[in-house]
Amino acid sequence: MIWEIKLLALILVIICAIAAINAKDMLSAAVIFGIYSFMMCVQWLAMGAVDVAFTEAAIGAGISTALMLAAIFRTSRRTKD
Amino acid sequence: MKKTALLAVILTGALLILSMENFPSWGDVQSPASLHLSRHFIEKSYEQTLTPNLVTAVLGDYRGFDTMLETVVVFTAALACFLVIRLPRDVCTPGLFYYRHMGTGLVVRKHDACELPGENPTFERVDSDWPPHDVVVASTCRMVIPFIQLFGLYVVAHGHYSPGGGFQGGVIFAASYVLLAVSHDLRTLVHRLNERVTHLLSAAGVLLFFGVGLFGLAMGLNFLDYGALEGVLGMSLASGHSLGILLVEIGVGMTVTAALVIIFKLLSSRGTVTEGL
Repeated sequence: MIWEIKLLALILVIICAIAAINAKDMLSAAVIFGIYSFMMCVQWLAMGAVDVAFTEAAIGAGISTALMLAAIFRTSRRTKD
Repeated sequence: MKKTALLAVILTGALLILSMENFPSWGDVQSPASLHLSRHFIEKSYEQTLTPNLVTAVLGDYRGFDTMLETVVVFTAALACFLVIRLPRDVCTPGLFYYRHMGTGLVVRKHDACELPGENPTFERVDSDWPPHDVVVASTCRMVIPFIQLFGLYVVAHGHYSPGGGFQGGVIFAASYVLLAVSHDLRTLVHRLNERVTHLLSAAGVLLFFGVGLFGLAMGLNFLDYGALEGVLGMSLASGHSLGILLVEIGVGMTVTAALVIIFKLLSSRGTVTEGL
C-alpha cells in the first residue's frame, strides 16, 4: 500500500481518537468512534493482517457502533463532563 | 491537575516512542519472534493440521481450547446482559399506544390499552418514541438484508480457506438483523427471531463446539482432535479436518449471532423487548 495513504489513515486515527474523547454529543462520539475503528482496520490491512482487519471492520466499525447507538438512544445524549 | 495529567501523558508517550528504537524493524526475519515460533507454524502447520489457512490452523487447531472458551465468553456476556437488563415478562406498562392505518398513514392514539388487540390487517402498531415509516429505507433494507446474510454465511463457511470465520461471519449475520430492527421496528425482529430461538441458538453453538471436541475423546483421540472425523462417512483425513473446523465455525457463528441479537434487543428496548430503536 502507498505510504501516503497509510500515513493519512494513521493521522486520521489520532484525530478521531481525540475528537471522540472531546465530543460533547454522545451520538457524534459514537459515530467518530466508528470512523476510528475503520481507520484502524485500514492500518491492520496495511500491515498485512487481513483477519484482524476483517474482525475490526465487522465488530469495531459495524456492530459495536450499532450497540452504542442503541444504548445512547435509551440513556442521555449529552455528557456531564 | 489537568496540566499535570497532560504532562504525564506526554512524558509517557515520549518514553514509549524513544523505546521503539530498540524494537526489531517491521517484518525483520532475524528478529527473535520470527526465528523460532513463526517459522515452526509456517513450515509445519499444513502437514500437522491439513488446514490451508494458517490463521485458521492456529485459531482452530493449535488454540482450539482458547477459541472454545472465547465462545463461552460471548455466551456468558449475552446471559449476563439478559439477567441484568431484562424485565420480567408479565410487567404491563400502561401508557400511550399508537396505531397507524395502513392505507392512509394516519396515526391513532390509545390511552392505557394494557390488553393490546391482536393482529389487525388494517392497523399496525408503531412505537411511541421511534416510529420509522419510510418506504425507501424499509424496501432498500429488505432487498439488501438477504445479500448481507449470504455474505455472512460465506464468511463462516470459508473460514477454512480465506480470512474470516465464525466470529466475523456471525457478526455480519447479526448486523443484518440489527439492520432489520433499525429499518422496520423491534417487533419485526422479535417476530422473525424471538427470544426463545436466540437463547437456544446461543447455547447450541457452544454445545456444538463441545460436541466436536468430545467426539474426538469418544474416538480415543485428544479433546478437539479433528482427525477423529476421519473415516466417518468414508472421509479422508483432510476432509475430516475440514469438516471438523467447519462445524466448529458454525458453532461459533451461531453463538455470536444470537448473543449480539440478544444484547441489541435488550439495549435498544430498556429490557422490555417490545419497542425500541
